[in-house]
Amino acid sequence: MNTVLAILEQRSGSLKKVSHEVLDAAKKITMALGGSVEALVMGPASLEASLDGLAADKCTLVADEELKLYQPDLYAAAVEAMVGAGNYRAVVLSATAMGKDLAPRVAARLKCPLVSDVIEVGESDFTLTRPVFAGKAISTVKVTAEFAVISIRPGAFEATGEGNSTVVTVGLPEGSEKRVTTVEVKEPENKSLDVSEAGIIVSGGRGLKEAENFKLIDDLAAAFGGEAAVGASRAVVDAGWRPHSEQVGQTGKVVSPNLYIAVGISGAIQHLAGMRTSKVIVAINRDRDAPIFGVADYGIVGDLFEILPALTDEIRRIKAG
Amino acid sequence: MKIAVFIKRVPDSEARIKIDADGRAIDPAGVKFIMNPYDEYAVEEALALKEKAGTGEVVVFSLGTDSAQGTIRSALAMGADRGVLLKTDGAPTDPFAAAQVLAAEVEGDGFDLILTGKVAIDDYHHATGIMVAELLGFPATSAVSSLTIEGGKGLAEREIEGGVEVVEFSLPALITCDKGLNEPRYPALKGIMMAKKKPLEVKEVSVAAAGVVSMGLVTPPARPEGRIVGEGVDGVAPLIVALQQEAKVL
Repeated sequence: MNTVLAILEQRSGSLKKVSHEVLDAAKKITMALGGSVEALVMGPASLEASLDGLAADKCTLVADEELKLYQPDLYAAAVEAMVGAGNYRAVVLSATAMGKDLAPRVAARLKCPLVSDVIEVGESDFTLTRPVFAGKAISTVKVTAEFAVISIRPGAFEATGEGNSTVVTVGLPEGSEKRVTTVEVKEPENKSLDVSEAGIIVSGGRGLKEAENFKLIDDLAAAFGGEAAVGASRAVVDAGWRPHSEQVGQTGKVVSPNLYIAVGISGAIQHLAGMRTSKVIVAINRDRDAPIFGVADYGIVGDLFEILPALTDEIRRIKAG
Repeated sequence: MKIAVFIKRVPDSEARIKIDADGRAIDPAGVKFIMNPYDEYAVEEALALKEKAGTGEVVVFSLGTDSAQGTIRSALAMGADRGVLLKTDGAPTDPFAAAQVLAAEVEGDGFDLILTGKVAIDDYHHATGIMVAELLGFPATSAVSSLTIEGGKGLAEREIEGGVEVVEFSLPALITCDKGLNEPRYPALKGIMMAKKKPLEVKEVSVAAAGVVSMGLVTPPARPEGRIVGEGVDGVAPLIVALQQEAKVL
């Protein structure tokens, strides 16, 4: 038996969508190796109601009010205890901000290899495929250890549908200690969608000429009605026009939305590495020879200051039905 | 304040990546190598903290081949006091194997703080720093974009999806650094000259066998050829048609 433990993720007491992608990846691994999927989630007791009917054999909730926020040491201790008490082949979690922090803790405690940011699993053996050099190359590795921790890239797997898991609620393992304490999560008042979670990204670059002109990018993103996030090239983040949280590229975020609209971005290699796996890419640039057109599905050559308002109006009209 | 910084030599983010004949590693010919950009934030933060404390030592460690000596010299030129190359034949493919070597090296050396980048832009694991902290039993937090250290306590902010987590801890601790934490200094000419005379110790280390084996490295498939749908505002209408009818994303 190869039981795979899927670590689900909650925020403010509700399960994140990426949890269903983790269940899908776990299921694919068990399909290759034979076995079953179990789920584990750390959070407040109030989470229990939302945990019925997941696509797993069972779901364990480690419930404690203190687990409402991500407490790295307590979360790691809970996973360590669960794995120690069972007979698992792998732990799978998502390479989100939480998962990127939790995965290495769990792997180090369990003294096992970690394979991060996986986008594909083998159909008949324990092989895992992951982008390296920010997607400029794709690496395939085979797990030879008896146990491994695997993080998956958000958006790379399908969200599983419903199943018939039942919930078992347990408390924190005894002797769990915090070395660091997460005291709060600050959320901005105008909460915008994060580029790593958006289905549509409208990104701006130096072609916008000055920070104030990013309003044109904001307007186009807003026209999509809450589905779109604003992204930025490294040049404009380095210039201080936009926050680093919006940067797409090798030293920013690697994204794969359904639609990526690059405006006034010439397409430096490090930027292309960060967005080339988007499903559909649109480029708007005045330079016909800009490298961005080399990866774009559709391009418009011309002055973005004329094109953007017209495109924004069209999108608004479509969304208004 | 005694601070350790882990740095890694990686291909420049602007480098084109080619795969070698074996299909297992990149072909380094013609590739410019740099200090991992996130590790530069770690070096800068260490130097700034030492300057603020008025006393202390900043020691940089790099696990890699002989060529990483150049990367260590860059950190010394920025102002680090001394460097240690943990010399291997090649980079380990497994972050836990790397973490074991680094943890064994700094254990018991009395570091108040260990800093490194949140991720290396070559293998992209986001793992080694945090694993070292676990092996040492240090408090740790990752991807930190704001850090305050005072009176043996630390307060860090880390970006999460749509928000910022605020984390408290006591020293000694390990922090992995994100962009936004600081603006790394350029080495001055004097620093570059002095760096040549600073101690750089080379230690041969052995890395444990990884629990995974590489099955191959390939470049990603090329995207299908796209097309220019129009020029200026005249391009908007055909773009909308293409997005609705061909791509079906609207």
